[in-house]
Amino acid sequence: MTVAVVQFGGSNCDRDSVRALSHLGIDAERVWYEDGLPADATGVMLPGGFSYGDYLRAGVMAARTPIVEEIRDAASEGVPVLGVCNGAQIGCEAGLTPGAFTINESARFQCERVHVRVENADTPWTRAYDEGAVLELPIAHGEGRFEADDDTYDRLVDEDRILLRYCDADGAVTDAANPNGSRGNVAGILGDRDTVAVMMPHPERATLPDLDGTDGAGVLRGFEAALATR
Amino acid sequence: MTAYTATVTVRLKRGVLDPEAETTQRALERLGFELDDLRSADRFEIDLDAESAAAAEDRVDEMAERLLANPTIHDYEVEVADR
Repeated sequence: MTVAVVQFGGSNCDRDSVRALSHLGIDAERVWYEDGLPADATGVMLPGGFSYGDYLRAGVMAARTPIVEEIRDAASEGVPVLGVCNGAQIGCEAGLTPGAFTINESARFQCERVHVRVENADTPWTRAYDEGAVLELPIAHGEGRFEADDDTYDRLVDEDRILLRYCDADGAVTDAANPNGSRGNVAGILGDRDTVAVMMPHPERATLPDLDGTDGAGVLRGFEAALATR
Repeated sequence: MTAYTATVTVRLKRGVLDPEAETTQRALERLGFELDDLRSADRFEIDLDAESAAAAEDRVDEMAERLLANPTIHDYEVEVADR
């Protein structure tokens, strides 16, 4: 299996993502967006960064590139797709997942460690955890506030598609633990299929033991878990 | 064909938080200005040729739908004028 880590102009977490996946024994390679999705890609990761300088809205330019059409087709066939940070913004702008990630309530770029609670452990991305488990992951974003209209938000809740919510160290979902003003403290959600997920925190920055914490490794293992259940 | 300029104004939907506008308002207040509220919007001016103003508006409408605005958080309006 090979996970395609798609690099756009301005992506900057593509190398980290390949390294973190490789550390877990998951074959991964960077793919330049103009080269298209390799036919043998068994997973797609949309990495963090500042694709196209965040022009217009974070992620929107990358979301309109031809490779995203290929990713959409692959996703509909069950190929696992994970968008992280700028990749999450791209995923929402592309309609792979509903809602939008927009400017933080603070109007500032925030780079810090946060806690998130696993809301649904019955997905490839969270199978490694128990429901309610609290993970410590880094965030680094200026546009991470999750917004969705009432109908969309209610549907996500009803269909158990909220993957992660910001919480305190004890797992309590509070306003104080919400770093960016996201609706419902949402940090990550699922697409129409649970093999498609986007999240603002960086699991690939919490996978290598040298980087102080490995809570994110289980998320990346979702690429294996998704294929095992296909 | 006629030459038109279409102006697209993209605004946050009412009720959607606008942290940049709030920051801008606070900065104006810090400069001593008195104001009740401040809203910001993005404005795009698009020059194009079309058979009619209605055709120009249709095309620009689609541009707004597919790229310039995000329907999750934005409303937009299109105005077409002869160029």
